[in-house]
Amino acid sequence: MSTFVIARLTFFEAARRRILLAALVLGLVFLIVFGIGYHYIIGNAERNLRGGQLQLNEIRNFLLLAGLYVVNFLTVMMTVLTSVDTISGEINSGTIHTLISKPIRRWEVLIGKWLGYAGMISIYLLLMAGGEMFYIYLSSGYSLPNPLSALGLMLLNALILLSVSFLGGTYFSTLANGVLVFGLFGVAFIGGWIEQIGSFLPDPAAGQAATNVGIVTSLLLPSEALWRRAAHEIQSPLVSALGFSPFSTATYPSNLMIVYAVGYLLVVLIWAIWHFSKRDL
Amino acid sequence: MSNHAPAIETSELCKVFGNKVAVSNLTLEVERGEVFGFLGPNGAGKTTSVKMLLHLIQPSGGKGYLFGEPLSNPDVRSKVGFLPEHFRFHDWLTAREFLKLHADLYHIPPSQSAGRISELLDLVGLTPHATKRLHDFSKGMLQRIGLAQALLNRPELVILDEPTSGLDPVGRRLVRDIIHDLRNQGTAVFLNSHLLSEVEITCDRVAFIKNGEVVRTSPLKGLLEGELSVEIRARNLTPETVTDLSRWSSNVRHDGDHLSLTLEKEADLPAINRFLVERGVDIFAIRPEHVSLEDLFIQIVGNDGGL
Repeated sequence: MSTFVIARLTFFEAARRRILLAALVLGLVFLIVFGIGYHYIIGNAERNLRGGQLQLNEIRNFLLLAGLYVVNFLTVMMTVLTSVDTISGEINSGTIHTLISKPIRRWEVLIGKWLGYAGMISIYLLLMAGGEMFYIYLSSGYSLPNPLSALGLMLLNALILLSVSFLGGTYFSTLANGVLVFGLFGVAFIGGWIEQIGSFLPDPAAGQAATNVGIVTSLLLPSEALWRRAAHEIQSPLVSALGFSPFSTATYPSNLMIVYAVGYLLVVLIWAIWHFSKRDL
Repeated sequence: MSNHAPAIETSELCKVFGNKVAVSNLTLEVERGEVFGFLGPNGAGKTTSVKMLLHLIQPSGGKGYLFGEPLSNPDVRSKVGFLPEHFRFHDWLTAREFLKLHADLYHIPPSQSAGRISELLDLVGLTPHATKRLHDFSKGMLQRIGLAQALLNRPELVILDEPTSGLDPVGRRLVRDIIHDLRNQGTAVFLNSHLLSEVEITCDRVAFIKNGEVVRTSPLKGLLEGELSVEIRARNLTPETVTDLSRWSSNVRHDGDHLSLTLEKEADLPAINRFLVERGVDIFAIRPEHVSLEDLFIQIVGNDGGL
């Protein structure tokens, strides 16, 4: 019950502080720009290409992948930027004192906030990624393979960053937490790219070393791995066969990595609850 | 058992931050319906103690109970109202929304909370500002809404952490009146304050805390009536006479024709008078005065104050 009071408060705060409005308006602008770009590129391709629908669908797939890549990145940014201050900020300002001195358990406060953010992030992701998919479906009838599993993986990615940002908030000041979460994200990001490039290296030893770097960074933070798996789910079989495009993926993480990511999320969240419950406020 | 347990009971509560001892031995008992003043200089560990009572801070050792329940039990806080220091609240809420939030956290059913909120807005004089955001509130208004928040659940114990610091006389008066009403309703009040005049007016009993330890607990009335400070103007005072006065008082100061000392009993006064006359001292005036809480405060916690 108290959990939902806090979740509602979190939603309400985002609305009252115009965070929701800003995200929705700029999200809409993003979708419009995407639509305009798509319209002209596909229009041009339709006039110049002779490969028919199959070839056009490859372009549609590529554009959607590019669009979703940006949405994935934006969702991560929104998640971290909005949530990085929610625990440490309330501790720092002292507003937490009136909350925690009520008949409420600390985990209820933390999970309530988490649910509030998770709800907002889900809506944002669904509107942005769903908006792109829906637009292309409406204008050309093209739909991606496995759109739901891709959305699920992107959401899992965002929720992992949300949980890391919550955990950091129970230990560090807002700024330090932001530096930490983005720093981790950067490490996972570059690790993922090294793994990708490594898969093309002619020297097998160097390739293996690059793969190992990717694996280690994915274990540290499985965000980039989840995106690559999501991209693998939605990229066209042809691109998969060719192996590489800037937004997609040559090698893709296994189901085991998804299981690991879910476990990672749970561990980080429980760790955050544990530390928040025992720390002094 | 817990039905008759005191509102607050702590035994040797302590808190250590790293190598700094904030509270070293907090043992006190606050009865139901009692207004209890918690006094001490800045940095003595008052706020840390309050935070331990509300489980915002976990004690490093010792035990504590509210109404017989351990401090760590969140459910017992449904009987408690708390006004934190500095009045920092979610300032993007309006006054009414803020009270609704906290009514929900107290699990007050919506059918009752609307009426209770209006009643409290009225009590603290904020009805005309009910739809204004806390962001636009003055410090005095924040204090009022904070008080209203602490009373939502008709608490059996209200903990006020420096409720009047930085407030104008009107704000202080409001706090005093509310404490008065709470006492009449049988609500225990734990008042953490260094504004001694407030404490002197409102409290039944006080505890003095110094360097994280309760150095004295006493009913306020007995405390102020018992201690007596005496100013004597006299000539022919010899050093021996002054020294011999320590028989009655541990705190004798002598400066020229002026002699000042504190007595524990008023009844000692005639004996001192006789003693001085017998020693050939010429007495011009003996002026006994009851000690103010401020004098007592300085006497008990020392005048090095908080740093």
